[in-house]
Amino acid sequence: MTGEIFASNVESAAGDKQMSLMVNAHSYLLTVGNRPGEVDPAHTLAFTLRETLGLTGTKVSCDKGACGGCTVLMDGKAVLSCMLLTIECGGKEITTIEGLMEPKTGALDPLQQSFIDHSAFQCGFCTPGMIMSAKALLAENPSPSEEEIKEALSGNFCRCISQYQVVEAVKAVSGKKR
Amino acid sequence: MGKPYRYIGKATPRRDGAEIVTGRSHFVDDLRFERLLHGKVLRSPHAHAIIRSIDSSRAESLGGVKAVLTWENIPDLRYGNPRVFRLLDPKVRYVGDAVAVIAAESEEIAREAAGLVEIDYEVLPAVFGDYEASAPGAPQLYDEFPGNVLPLGDPFLGPKSMVEIATGDVESGFSEADVIFEGKCGYDNLPNPMPMESPRVVALWGRAAEGPDAVTFWVSNQAPYLMKAVLGSILGGNVDVRVFGGPCGGSFGSKLMSWQPMCYAALLSKNTGRPVKVVYSKEEHLAAFTLRPSSRLDIKVGMKKDGTVTAIAGDWLIGTGSYSQTTQAQVAVGCGEAMLAVRCKNWNVKPRIVCTNRTASGIARGFGGQELKCALFPILSRGMAKLEIDPLDFMKKNFIRPGEGYLWRNAQWYDYRGIDFTKMMDKGAEVFGWEQKWKGWLKPTTVEGNRRIGVGVGVHGNADVGEDVSEAYVRLDGNGRVVVHSCLQEHGTGQRSNALKVVAEVFQTPLEWVSMTPADTMVNPFEFGPFGSRGTYIILGAIVRAAEDAKKKLFELAAPMLGCDASELDTADGFIWAKTAPEKRLRWQRVLFQRTVLGYGRFEPDYSLSNCLMSFVEVEVDTDTGKLTLLRVVNATDVGQIIDPQGLEGQLCGCLGTAGIDSAIFEETVLDPLSGRILNANMIDYKWRTSSELPAIENVVFETPMPTHRFHAIGVGEIATSPGPSAVLMAASNAVGVWLDGYPVTPAKILSALGKLGSAGKIKDGANGK
Repeated sequence: MTGEIFASNVESAAGDKQMSLMVNAHSYLLTVGNRPGEVDPAHTLAFTLRETLGLTGTKVSCDKGACGGCTVLMDGKAVLSCMLLTIECGGKEITTIEGLMEPKTGALDPLQQSFIDHSAFQCGFCTPGMIMSAKALLAENPSPSEEEIKEALSGNFCRCISQYQVVEAVKAVSGKKR
Repeated sequence: MGKPYRYIGKATPRRDGAEIVTGRSHFVDDLRFERLLHGKVLRSPHAHAIIRSIDSSRAESLGGVKAVLTWENIPDLRYGNPRVFRLLDPKVRYVGDAVAVIAAESEEIAREAAGLVEIDYEVLPAVFGDYEASAPGAPQLYDEFPGNVLPLGDPFLGPKSMVEIATGDVESGFSEADVIFEGKCGYDNLPNPMPMESPRVVALWGRAAEGPDAVTFWVSNQAPYLMKAVLGSILGGNVDVRVFGGPCGGSFGSKLMSWQPMCYAALLSKNTGRPVKVVYSKEEHLAAFTLRPSSRLDIKVGMKKDGTVTAIAGDWLIGTGSYSQTTQAQVAVGCGEAMLAVRCKNWNVKPRIVCTNRTASGIARGFGGQELKCALFPILSRGMAKLEIDPLDFMKKNFIRPGEGYLWRNAQWYDYRGIDFTKMMDKGAEVFGWEQKWKGWLKPTTVEGNRRIGVGVGVHGNADVGEDVSEAYVRLDGNGRVVVHSCLQEHGTGQRSNALKVVAEVFQTPLEWVSMTPADTMVNPFEFGPFGSRGTYIILGAIVRAAEDAKKKLFELAAPMLGCDASELDTADGFIWAKTAPEKRLRWQRVLFQRTVLGYGRFEPDYSLSNCLMSFVEVEVDTDTGKLTLLRVVNATDVGQIIDPQGLEGQLCGCLGTAGIDSAIFEETVLDPLSGRILNANMIDYKWRTSSELPAIENVVFETPMPTHRFHAIGVGEIATSPGPSAVLMAASNAVGVWLDGYPVTPAKILSALGKLGSAGKIKDGANGK
């Protein structure tokens, strides 16, 4: 298990264990340890994204894998970043909400624009997680039915009840290619 | 007929939309601070105990720990109603009550330090039941409240706040009745408003400019100015409080009870000289923060054959848990809301608030009225059933109408100046198909084998749409842009974006020319905050007045330049002209050269209007498993004038969550009756509705212009949750043909009502397929 976890991790000249984390097509070289700025083996991916890399678009609500607020993509699949240890994510490709915009132009992903057009949020705290779950669904199934959309979003808590408008926002871009 | 408005009533994108969908919306936990410390609360494992001694020396000596505060080394800070509840006290009163607060370099260190604080508790007997709380010999939570009974009334509401519903003469009312019946019902399952973002705050004590007694908060809340007032009153008159209200990840009223985490962070910051962040975990949020009050009604009702209610008399018991901040105000508003919904000349309902050893109750959408009416309507239903009255007819007959009046929260009588809601109720019924689906009391709409469908209806209104005071400035800059100064914080309703729309409407400018200051108490005038659906009438009202004031001043400056009287001028898109000579147009920039125009608006409370929402629900009950499925909801309302159609749709769909309709189906806080520990303080065991289980919702919205004010609109968001729960109970009772009296309507309650559960709670008659 340890060997597998650290398969993509390397040891630096100083003897520090290092790992590379690919986030939003940017490769971060991180030191494994418990000093500030390092990746403690106990750190979740959500913690590393937010606190070490400053990518605060990923929201943490329950921190126990129940609410979907911290959903990011790992190799294209929706995962709960609060339930993954960062040291397990070496060599994986992570996409967060910050990675959805066109990097050169800053243009919004059509899904993001559709959320704006449909006011598919109220307080907006669940929205990054909702969008990432929907993004993973559309990658796998570009033309989902309404039932499939609801099923794909069923792990994403929204207390304001924005889901009706979220479903409409996802439907509006389904079947269309970026 | 086309709408006369350029923006109002039209779908426009939320101003903060791009930030929300890109993750750049900066909620409190997303803000970065230099030298930030992390605060953690050590909480009591006992429901009721005296702290005999507390030793924090081991915790203090742990590397990275910067401060440990206990009741022994902090000032005696108190808040609540009455103001006797201490921030940290030598007595703990619920499992989860705060014992010590710790600031450390990291959350992990703070958590570890919490485990090193040594406490010697003297465990006391505890009381968890609201009825038991006042029984002879019951454990007493506070010396100040014998029998655990809290005083009624809230000085905040005025010298004479509503402490009962008492009008007319109930004895003569009963003598006029065709039927008199008694009933008990409780809405006492303690659902949690549970916003997704838990309570959180960063505090920094001391600012160079304002001196050592200045404290700044960045807090997840919905009322920065109110929190400034609250914290100022707790911390003392010399302390200058500044509150920044950024995006808030949901509140539903609840986060107004954030004085404790705010004080923890403030004192830790004062102690360490560094900014301190306190973020409640979801478990703390569910076990040591705000629940709905529990409500139990025990009343006698007189009713006539035509649905006239002749008298209501009895007791209303409200459980507030370990302390009260707003429960008395909720009782006051709840009493008024009952009078809005049920016309009756003779009332004598006596509320009583008790405290028990569980986490406190406080604000949730429906503020007192939902609690009262979820218990009241099931009792009224028994009378309607005896007299074979259709509940829709009853609600239409008894909801407030022009020419009538009611007592409101300040115990003053108000003559209702609003509109008649009957037509929208009829339309809602038509869209729902009430006439076809309603088969009579305790009669299912359809039965197919073990599947029985039933329907129900509920209604709610709130005169707090006009509560309290709002102030705003509107500033016209030399570049022709408009800036709204308001302490309105965005907590999900889109009201900040609506403010931009109404101001753009007043000036007829492009929407993007209007912007708004951050909700910072230092730069903005007083704003009570968006509670009780007051945002549309009062907050936007103050902002519109400020805009009109600024426009008047602009015209006064422009008039001599155009050689006419200010009253003859008009404006659009940054130009001013005389209506009589529209070809001669003056740019705003010329009028505003090296000048700023500032308009001021203030809106005083007005309790003479009410909103109204009627919810129709259709449920399916499986009589083998007891499972209740919510199939369809039709909400009907009349908002006078839609400001933002998408935002309104979102608010109305919010009827399910936030301790709303689902509090009748599966939401509840489960307290262990022996230990007082909350057994479902996490988001797996505290049930919530997932996307795959959404019922069909249709929202029927009327726009009968409110005659009272500009733009004629009235808010409705707060009450979206309120009519539904009792409607579900009604629908479930009709589906199974047996009265169901308890919330939530769990499978066990349904099977028990059907006689399919034995005394030990085991399923009989092979109902589970065995």
